[in-house]
Parts: sequence; C-alpha cells; structure tokens
Amino acid sequence: MTLLDVRDLHVTYGTGAAAVPAVRGVDLTLAAGQKLGLAGESGCGKSTLALALLRLLPRPARVRGEILLDGEDVLTMSWGRLRAVRWAGASIVFQGAMHSLNAVHRVRDQIAEPILLHRLETSQAAARRRAEGLLEQVGLPAARGGAYPHELSGGQRQRVMIAMALACDPRLVVADEPTTALDVMIQAQILRLIERLVAEHGIGLLMISHDLAVLSDTCDRLAVMYAGRIVEEGPAQRVFTAAEHPYSGALAAAFPTVGRAADRRAPQGLPGDPPDPARLPGGCTFHPRCPVALETCAADEPRLREAGPGRRAACVHVDSVKEAR
Amino acid sequence: MSTEALGEEPGAEPPDTGAPAKSAAPADSADSAADPGALAWARRRRSAARFWRAYRGQRAGLVGLVALAVIAFTALAAPLLVGSDADSVTDAPGTALENPSTEFPLGTDQFGRSVLDLLVYGARISLTVGLLAAALTVGIGTLVGMLAGHYGGWLSGVLMRVTDFFLVMPTLVLAIVLATVMSRSVTTVIIAIGVAAWPKTARLVRAQTLAIEARPYVERARALGGGHTHVMRRHVLPNVLPLVLAQTTLVISEAILTEATLAFLGLGDPQVVSWGGMLQDAREAGAISSGHWSFLVPPGIAIAVVALCFTLAGRALESVLNPKLGVAK
Amino acid sequence: MSTADPPVTPAAEKAAPGARGAAGSSRRAYLGYVAGKLAGAAVSLFAILVTSFFLFRIIPGDPVKTMTHGRKVDAEQLAALRRQYGLDLPLWEQFTRYVGDALTGDLGDSYQFNEPVLDLIRERVPATLLLTGTAVVLYSALGLWLGTRAAWRHGGLGDKVNTGVALTFWSVPHFWLGMLLIIFFSVGVGPLPGLFPTGGMESGGEEGPAYVVDVVHHMVLPVLTLVAACYAQTLLVMRSSLLDEMGSDYLTAARAKGLRDDLVRRRHAVPNALLPTITLVFVNLGFIAAGSILVETVFSWPGLGGLFYQALSVPDLPLIQGLFIVYAGSMILMSVVADLIYPLFDPRVGR
Repeated sequence: MTLLDVRDLHVTYGTGAAAVPAVRGVDLTLAAGQKLGLAGESGCGKSTLALALLRLLPRPARVRGEILLDGEDVLTMSWGRLRAVRWAGASIVFQGAMHSLNAVHRVRDQIAEPILLHRLETSQAAARRRAEGLLEQVGLPAARGGAYPHELSGGQRQRVMIAMALACDPRLVVADEPTTALDVMIQAQILRLIERLVAEHGIGLLMISHDLAVLSDTCDRLAVMYAGRIVEEGPAQRVFTAAEHPYSGALAAAFPTVGRAADRRAPQGLPGDPPDPARLPGGCTFHPRCPVALETCAADEPRLREAGPGRRAACVHVDSVKEAR
Repeated sequence: MSTEALGEEPGAEPPDTGAPAKSAAPADSADSAADPGALAWARRRRSAARFWRAYRGQRAGLVGLVALAVIAFTALAAPLLVGSDADSVTDAPGTALENPSTEFPLGTDQFGRSVLDLLVYGARISLTVGLLAAALTVGIGTLVGMLAGHYGGWLSGVLMRVTDFFLVMPTLVLAIVLATVMSRSVTTVIIAIGVAAWPKTARLVRAQTLAIEARPYVERARALGGGHTHVMRRHVLPNVLPLVLAQTTLVISEAILTEATLAFLGLGDPQVVSWGGMLQDAREAGAISSGHWSFLVPPGIAIAVVALCFTLAGRALESVLNPKLGVAK
Repeated sequence: MSTADPPVTPAAEKAAPGARGAAGSSRRAYLGYVAGKLAGAAVSLFAILVTSFFLFRIIPGDPVKTMTHGRKVDAEQLAALRRQYGLDLPLWEQFTRYVGDALTGDLGDSYQFNEPVLDLIRERVPATLLLTGTAVVLYSALGLWLGTRAAWRHGGLGDKVNTGVALTFWSVPHFWLGMLLIIFFSVGVGPLPGLFPTGGMESGGEEGPAYVVDVVHHMVLPVLTLVAACYAQTLLVMRSSLLDEMGSDYLTAARAKGLRDDLVRRRHAVPNALLPTITLVFVNLGFIAAGSILVETVFSWPGLGGLFYQALSVPDLPLIQGLFIVYAGSMILMSVVADLIYPLFDPRVGR
C-alpha cells in the first residue's frame, strides 16, 4: 500500500489577478519504508509542497488536489483528524533548527510535548523519560535534554529536531533541507543518522534538498522540481548520473562528484535565475535557460512521460532519446 | 531599506545644499555643480511621490492628516472666524454658565464667554505648544542620539547613561516640577515638556545611527576622507530624518496631552485660553457637581481629537517609512 | 546565535550532570549581573538627589522669594528665613548638607503643613499603592489579553476595533475622563441616579467587611479611569511584539505537532512575545506612584497624587521636592527589578 500519494497538487498564493502559483500539478508516490528525494532550486515550490502535506501553509495559500496519507485525504479531513495525523502520522524535520525550536522551552520538553499530546504517554515524567531515550537514539546524552536550544551547537540542534520528529513513531518523515545550515562533516553525520533511523523504524522518508548529490546518496528514488512542477522522476542514482531532463543534468553538474568524468572537463552552473513564479515563461518554463531548447519549447509545455524503466521526464527530447536507443 | 530609499525626503534637504559639490566635485568639471543638484531634485521628487502613494494607502493616517489640516486652518483663522475679542473677560456677550442655545451652541463659561469661541482659540495654544515642544524634544533627542551613535567610546557611554537616567524619570512629574520652579508662561510649558520627553527619541536615533553607519557607503565615504561632520550631515542625518519625522508626529500628541495636563493643574499661562485651562475653569466653576457637562465635554473632546489625529498620522508615517518596525509605542 | 556550549567545569559536570552544572556557573554570572545593576541603580538614585537639588535650589533663583511670594516681607525676616533653611551657606555646603539629610531620611518640613515631608508622604503611600496597584494589575492584564487577541487575528475587524478603541482612550486626557465619569455615575444625569461616590476613599464610620466594601465602592471609578487611560500602551506593545513572532518557524513546528491553535498561541507564541512586554509591565509598576496624580486630584483620593496637587498650588517646594524624589526613586527601583527579573524569563540572557 502506498504510504503517501499526492495527486495533481496545486498551491496558489493570493487570489484573482495577484495569484501566484507555487506548485502546479504535482504527482508523487511513496511506499512505506521507501526514501524519496525531492530536488530543486530555492523558490521552485519544494518547501511549499512539504508544508502543504500537513496543511501547514498560511491562510493566503490555496491548495487543490489530493494528498492521500495512508489512503486518507489530508486536504479534506476534519481539523480534529488532521491534528491527530500531524506528527503521529507524518512529522517534519524543519530546515534551520535554531528557528524551529522554541527558544524559551527546554529541548526535552519540546520533544515530550507531542508525546503527551498524542497520548503515547500520559504522565509528564514518562514523556520526559521517553524524550531522553529519543535523545540517546540520536546520539545526544540524555542530560542535554535540560538545555535550551541556544545552548546547543547547530548539529546538536538538528539531532534534537530529528529526535522530535521520531517522538510519535510516525509512518512518514518529511525532512526539509535537514543539513543545509551545517558544515560538511556534521552534514554527513546527520545524513547517516537519518538513514539509520529510517531503516530501523521502517519509516517512509521524503527528503527535500537543493543538493542532488546528497539526495542521490540517501534516497531510493528522486524527483526533480522546477517552477512548481516535477520535471523528472526515477531511481536516484540513474537520475543523478544520467539525467533525462536538461535541468536535472544541470543541477547534478552544479555539484561536482569526484570520479565523474563530465565534471572534470566542464564544471558548470546553470545560467540565469529560476523564474519568478508570478511571471512564468510560456511553453516549457525551463526553455529560457535550456541549452538544448527547440523553437517549439517556447510554445508547448511538455507533460511528464515515460523515459525508460521506472523513469519519467517532461522534455521534448525524451522521445527522441528513446527512439535513438 | 525603505528608510534609505525615502531618505531624500523634502525635509532632508536643508543641510545639503552645496555639499554635493564638495563631495563629488574634485574629479568632475564645472557642470558638476548644476547636474548633481538637478538629479538630486528629480530623485527627491520621485521618492516624495512614491512616499505619498504609500501614505495614501493608510486610511486612518489620511483621515488624521485631513482632520489636522482643518483644525490647523481653524486655529490660524480664529480671529476672523470668531472675532479677536472672544477671549476677553470684561465684555463677554453672555451670562455665566449658560446652557447651549442658538447664540452659544456650546453654552458659556463662568465669565459668560462663548465656549465654542474659546474652543477655537484654544486650538492655537494647543497646536503651538504641541509643535514647539515636540520640535524641542526631537531636536535634543536627535542631537544626543546622533552624537552617541556616531562617536561611540566614552562620549557615547556618558550620553547614553544620561539618556537612560532621564528615560526612567516619570516624564509628567519632571514636566510639572519644571513648570513649577520656572515662571508661568507658554515658553515655560514648552521647555518643561521638551526637556522631559527627549530620551525616547535619543534611543531611537542612536539605534538608527548605528545601523546606518554600518552600511558600506558610509564606510566608503569615511575611507575617502569624509570627516565626522561630513558623514553626519550627508549620510546619517538624511537617513535618520524620516524616522525622526514619524517620531515627531507621535511626540506631538503626547506633548498636547501634557500641555492640557499642566494647564489643568494650573501651571499654564493664566493669560492664555487653552483647552486644559478651560477644563480647570470648568472644574473650579463647579461644572462637575452641577452636572454642567456642556462646559466640560467640548475641550476634552478637542484634546482627544487632536492627539488622536497626530497619533494616527504618526503611526501611518511609521508604517510607510519602516514597515518592519512594529508600531511600538 | 552562539553555537558554543555553556562553560561547564568537569567537576561540576560529575557532581551534577548536565543542566544543573551549567546552572551553577551561570548563577555566578547572574550574581555579577545583579551587582552591576544594583550599583547602577545606586548611581541613578544619587543622580536624582543631584537633579532635585539643581531643580529646586538653582533654577528658581531665590527659594525664599518663592516661599513668601505675594506677601510683603522685610529684609530682616528674609534673612531669618534664609538662616532657617541654610540658604546663607555656600552652595556646595548646602548641597552636602542636603544630600546628608536626604540620605538619613530628612526631606525637610512642608511650608504648608509644618510637618516633616517624610511623615506626610508616609501617611499617603498606602492609599496610592492600593489605587494604582489595583489599576496596574488590571490594565496590564487587559492590555496583554487584548493585545494578544489583536495580533493573533491581525488585520481582521477585531484587531482594527481593538486598536482603534485603545488609541482613542489613549488620546483622551484621563482627568477629563474621570470628570465625565463623575458627572454620569456619581452626580447623575437626568433620570440616572448617582451610583458611585464623587470622591474620597471612604464614607467614614464603617468597620470590618462593610469598610472593605465601602473602599471598593470608592475605588471603582478612579480605577476604571486609570485602566481606560493606560491599557492602550500595554496592548500596543504586546500586539507588536506578538506580530514579530507570527510566522516564525517554531510556530509552524508547533502546529505540525498537532497542537490546537490556542495552545500554539498560549504555549509557544505568547511566552516569546511576553519578553519585551515584561519590561513595560515593570516600568508601569514604577509608574504606580506618579501615574495617578491627576486621577487622585479629580477623585480627591487621599494619596500621594492628591498631596502633590495640594503642594503645587502653594507651591510648597520641600513637599514637591520630596514627592519628586519618591516618584523618580520608585521608577528607578522598578526598572532595576525589571532588569533583574528579565533573565529569569528569557533563557538566552545569561542568568
């Protein structure tokens, strides 16, 4: 059974003439225990998507489509049911743990809060003990639970966030740029920690990052987002090393990998900036920056289509590639 | 950010006439004197237009501004509107404490003068004291704040200690004491309010000065040999002024309330008709116990309306000039 | 924000692992902080003495003239008065005497009552504390509550009404509001009978519970006036500091945990937004003494404010001076208390 099934999800900020589309028809599936990476530049809508999964977007955002979590649509469930699903069904590791932790509460109590709320424990003391157990699972001494967020280092805070995300044994964890603010050594530690815990608990993981290399390393499958749409999807290593969509290729090349021949010859970034969601270019939204754009790209926006076993991509070149094979 | 963009308000212009030539001229030729000036004017016109568009969006602020314009006009035209002898005690038109009638829409005071006429006259003193006291407050505050922010070191330490000391002083008590120990006059009231209320502005201006001086272009100006006076006049002052303008507007309403309070306590100039003084007269004439509300209500409403208008205008200014600054008062 | 762990000595770590060890060393830091603040307050209190000497001995010129103003006094009497008040001494000696006297609790004698200023003040303090203490507690609570509501639904109708009403009350001179309340609720207008006493603190002749009820009855209108005049400031500060917190990531995180909206507000947003407001509440407590001068005057409340008004009309300089010192001193004490208490609420500030 699919754990998460997102169907034709649209998110729009504002209304009428001022409406800005942030997510424009995204389909995603994630099986229990699987790890899916979602990649894209900042502003492509990936964080909006993450917040939409638990209906956490602020009021001016309008969400359309279906988000099936264990078969239940998050978008239509009652507030009471939604609160029960939040954290117990799916939890989030937010980016920037400094700001996502409350500065005036001890971290132990912040971890214990959802445990009490979702009645996994009924007494304050038991919830605290459980929180301390979680802290030990993420490699922090239980005594650090008495600390306030500002007394911890960046890596320690991120470990607290992860412990918090695991507090109610969720079936799905969404990790939104979990390692962005950390230095490289700590990043690796945190990624290994996430991998280990997800495997131990049999949790489905949706990891969001701009770093394709990190995602391909951690995840089973990879989806690449551009201007509010998925432009490519497939097995992580295949997408990373042999992208079908020119954008995925450019994103992969932006993070050079040791031993990949292409990186040595032509280290490259992507020219230009990601498009302004309020003024998306017509046709394929990527065509102004695309090195292999055709004239038709300015007119028609390609849909996702089959591009090999278990792979889909939204590019006019996909068919020709397949035919050539 | 927006403060910087709006730094070139019309109000910002007096100190820098001639100064642009000094800073930019050495490399340029003769036309540099005219050209940057014209450019600067065009830029100011543009930012003034932008500012006005943003301000128009603040409905409450617009209402306040229009109401103030009407009140200011009334105050200026008082002698024409109600005659120049409306405040004379000797040839008062009515009898004491009359109720409202067609001749005296708001009744009369204890000397038989028309309350409406007195109200119109009272606007003059209220606005004068409010504006001048606020100017004094903001003047002292800006000077102290800029000096403390710009020079740093021991001077800043001393100035801020003094500021903090006055900040915790109860403003009203200090103003009352000053008004008591000096001779009774409008000037005394202005000084008493102005001297008592400046520390808040000084803190604000100092914080803003520190923020501005950390900007790269100020460092550049300093690296190019700009002296203290140059940096303060050309860079700090124009950028501090919008904030100061908003602050002034808010201080005016406080000053007007303090003026009314001082007059009510009998510390105002006894020769001058003021709203606070009218309230004192009403109280002493027994308007409370006799339930004579028509003498008591109008001056209070007048004070409240003017103070509220300045507050609304000030809050609107603040949110236009610095949207991130929560309107903290 | 600093990423460094708090300094924990190995010994302390062993004796009391983790947080408690850190608390030990930061307690020492807090004591240092307390000592610094107390020293600062002592300097400020001394500065108040200097200020009041400057205000009352130097600005008015010859205090004896002020003292006798209006009356015809011959040169001999003037000289006698000067000697009596030590005004014939050099200025610096007057100053040291004055400071010495003030530090030993001698604030001189009132011209008007011929009684020591300190005794007069001491008699009046309880009435003022009762009146303004009640008012401060009420308007702080009201301001915090309404400010929270306004910010949580900012931009909505409730916010606009709340803020508008608060600003209007703030703009109203509160002595005027007090007089209106007296007219409407004490004197009575038209068919409306007077419901409350016009002034004072007690009707006299009551004892026990009846006395308490009587005093409360007298307090209703003055407290109402003070609350109406002063809650706006707390409301606006609370509103803007809560608005600063809105949209913070930790609030999204709290919602993601499944907390109800009101729990997100109460447990997470408000404790953070309260921090800047705490200082204001304490400054208001310091304002207790000075805040009610006008209201006490209007309602003939037998407290410091009424005494101040009586002193002003003479003017009774020693009494005004004594009250000035009390008013300013209580502000300084309360701002020190605010400084000392703040770190206990905000874990980020060293304690």
